[in-house]
Amino acid sequence: MDLKEKLISSFLAFENKGGLDLDSNVHTLRLKAIQNFENEGFPSKKDEEWKYTSLKPLLKHDFSLFPSGEKSVGFKNVEKYLINEIESYKLIFIDGVFSSFLSTTTHDECDVCVLSSALTKPKYKMVVDHYFNTIAKENNSLSELNTAFAKEGAFINIPKNTIVQKPIQIINFSTGSEKEVLLQPRNLVVVGENSHVQIIERHQNLSQNTTLTNSVTEIFVHKRAIVDYYKIQNDTDDSSLIDSTFVSQKLQSVATVNTYSFGGKIIRNNLEFQQEGEHINSNLNGISILNNKQHVDNHTLVNHKFPNCESHELYKGIYSDKSTGVFNGKVIVQQAAQKTNAFQQNNNILLDDGATINAKPQLEIFADDVKCSHGCTIGQLDESALFYMQSRGIPKESAKALLLYAFANDVVEKIKIPQLKTRITKLIAKNLRVDLGFEL
Amino acid sequence: MLQVKNLHASINDKEILKGINLDIKAGEVHAIMGPNGSGKSTLSAVIAGKEEYEVTEGLVILNNEDLADFAPEERAHKGVFLSFQYPVEIPGVTVTNFIKTAINETRKAKGLEDLPAKDMLKLIREKADLLEIDRKFLSRSLNEGFSGGEKKRNEIFQMAMLEPKLAILDETDSGLDIDALKVVANGVNKLKNKDNAVLVITHYQRLLDYIVPDFVHVLHNGKIVKSGGKELALELEKKGYDWLK
Repeated sequence: MDLKEKLISSFLAFENKGGLDLDSNVHTLRLKAIQNFENEGFPSKKDEEWKYTSLKPLLKHDFSLFPSGEKSVGFKNVEKYLINEIESYKLIFIDGVFSSFLSTTTHDECDVCVLSSALTKPKYKMVVDHYFNTIAKENNSLSELNTAFAKEGAFINIPKNTIVQKPIQIINFSTGSEKEVLLQPRNLVVVGENSHVQIIERHQNLSQNTTLTNSVTEIFVHKRAIVDYYKIQNDTDDSSLIDSTFVSQKLQSVATVNTYSFGGKIIRNNLEFQQEGEHINSNLNGISILNNKQHVDNHTLVNHKFPNCESHELYKGIYSDKSTGVFNGKVIVQQAAQKTNAFQQNNNILLDDGATINAKPQLEIFADDVKCSHGCTIGQLDESALFYMQSRGIPKESAKALLLYAFANDVVEKIKIPQLKTRITKLIAKNLRVDLGFEL
Repeated sequence: MLQVKNLHASINDKEILKGINLDIKAGEVHAIMGPNGSGKSTLSAVIAGKEEYEVTEGLVILNNEDLADFAPEERAHKGVFLSFQYPVEIPGVTVTNFIKTAINETRKAKGLEDLPAKDMLKLIREKADLLEIDRKFLSRSLNEGFSGGEKKRNEIFQMAMLEPKLAILDETDSGLDIDALKVVANGVNKLKNKDNAVLVITHYQRLLDYIVPDFVHVLHNGKIVKSGGKELALELEKKGYDWLK
C-alpha cells in the first residue's frame, strides 16, 4: 500500500476517534479535503510548481500516521531549542500531541492555546467557522491533506487593541518513538484590529529517525494589526518539512514572515499573502544556508488586489557541497491595484561546484501605475574582496565567513526580537562553520 | 628591509614582471613610476602575495625571510601592507568591525590576546583624528558608497592602525583632489619613521611633492629601466616616459 492509499484508508478511523461533533462544519471540510486529496494525490515533478522539488524519496517511507501518546520528554531535553532568555508563551507538541507540561498557554488578554480545543469548544465555534480553512488553497493537495487530518496545532486568537507583550513560541518535536513518522500540525492565527503579536515557529526532530512534517498555518491580520512571524528551520538531515502558510491582510495592516532555513533533508515553503484592502504592507524575508545534500524550496506569492499597497521581499541563499535551493517568487498586481510598490530581491552564493540554485522571479502586472522591481543574482564569493581582507591580516577562512555573514546580514537585521537575533546570528555562524566573536 | 631579486611573475602564462631588483632599507621612501601597463600594480600585488600571479623566478625577501611560501595574511602579519588602488567595497561590515578583526587576527598570529575593547576604541579614535576622519564614518559599511577620497583616507587609516613595516601605496593619488591628497600624504608622513619603509607606486609626480622619496625607479615593460633620486621624478614629469624606452 503506498502512502496515498494508506492515508485515504486511515481517514475514516481518524474521523471516528477524532472526537469531533460530526455535524460540524469542520467535518464537512475534512471530508471535502480528503476527496480533493484523493483526486489530486501528491504533486509530482510534472507539476510546474514542483519542477525542482521531488517528493518521491519521501513518499517511499512507511510512515506512522498517528504516533501514540505523549512521550516523556523532559524540559532539559528540549531546553536548547527554546528561547528562554525572554518570557514567552509556549505551545509545545511532542509527536503531534500537545504537552501541557512544557507549554505556557493563556486565556487572559488573548487566547494562546491548542487547535483541538478550539475545534471542539462551543465558545470558539464562531471563530473556527469564520476562519478555519478559508484561505488554505483547495488546489494545493498537501494543504488539503493537512485539512483532512487537521486536529492539533496552535490556536492564537488576539482580540482587537491588544499588544501581546510576550512572543509566542510554537515548537513541534518528534521523538523518534516510531521509525518513520508523518506529522501534520495545523495552526490558526487571528489577529484583531490594532493588535500586535510576534510568533516563532520551529520543527525539531530529537532523534535520528525519519520525520516528515506537513504543516499548514492560516494567519488573519485585521485592520492596522501587526504580525511578525519567524520560522526557524534547522532540523536534522532525516527530517523533511512541507510548510504552507497563508496570510490574509486587511487594510493598513503590516505582516512579516521571516524564514530561516539552515537544515533538513527537503524543505518546501509555500508562502502566500493575499491583500484584502488598501495601504497594506507585506514583508517576506528569508535566508537559506545549506550544506551536504540539503534541499530548500521557497515558493512565495504576493497578491496585490487593492491600490496603495506595498510588498518587500528579500531572500538570500548560501549553498555549499551538493545542496540545492529553489526560489520561485510570484508577485501579482491586479488591475485595481494602482500605486502598488512591489520589490523583490533574491541573491544567491554558490560556494561549491556541486551546489545548485534554481531561481525564478515571476511578476504578473495588470495595473499601469505601479512601481515594481525585482533583482536576482547568483554568484560566487568575490575573490578580490577576499584578497583585500587577507592583505589586512585576516585569514582566508575568516575572510570568507565575514563576507558571508555580511551577505546574510541585511536579512538578520530585520529580526525585531534581540534574543532571537542573537540566536539566529549564532546559527548562521555555526552553519558557516566559524565564530568571529562579534555580532554584525 | 625589503629585497626584490630578479623577480619574474606571470598571470595566465603571460609574463608581466621580467626581472625586477629592488633594495629598500628601513627609514627609506622609494617611488616606482611608469606608464600604464608597465607592471606597477602587478609588482605590488606580487609582494602582497596575490595568488593569481605566479612567481616564475626570483625572490621577495622581507627582513631576511623569503616570502614565497606565505599567504597574503601571513605577509600582512609580518608587516607588509598594501594600500589598494581600488579598495573593495564590503557591504555589511563596518569600518570599525573590519579593522578590529584585522588587528585581532594579526595579534593572534603573533600569539597575543585580543586587544581589550577599551584600548581598541582609544586607538581607533586616535588614528581617526590623525587622518581627520569623522567618527560617523567608522560605523559605515567598508568602502560602500565612499568617495574616492574617503576610500583612500580609509586605506591610510588602516595602515595607521596596523603599523606595518613596509607600506606599499598603489596609486594612492588616483581619484584624489588636492585637499584629500594633502591629508593622505600628511597621514603617511606622520606614520613614517626610521624603522619602517614606504614604497609609493604612482603614475604622476604630483604625490611625490608631498611624500618625498629618497629613490625613484622607472618601471617599463616589466623591468626597472632607470633609478635615481627625487629629481628623476621631476625629469619624468617634464619629458614623459618616452625618452626612457
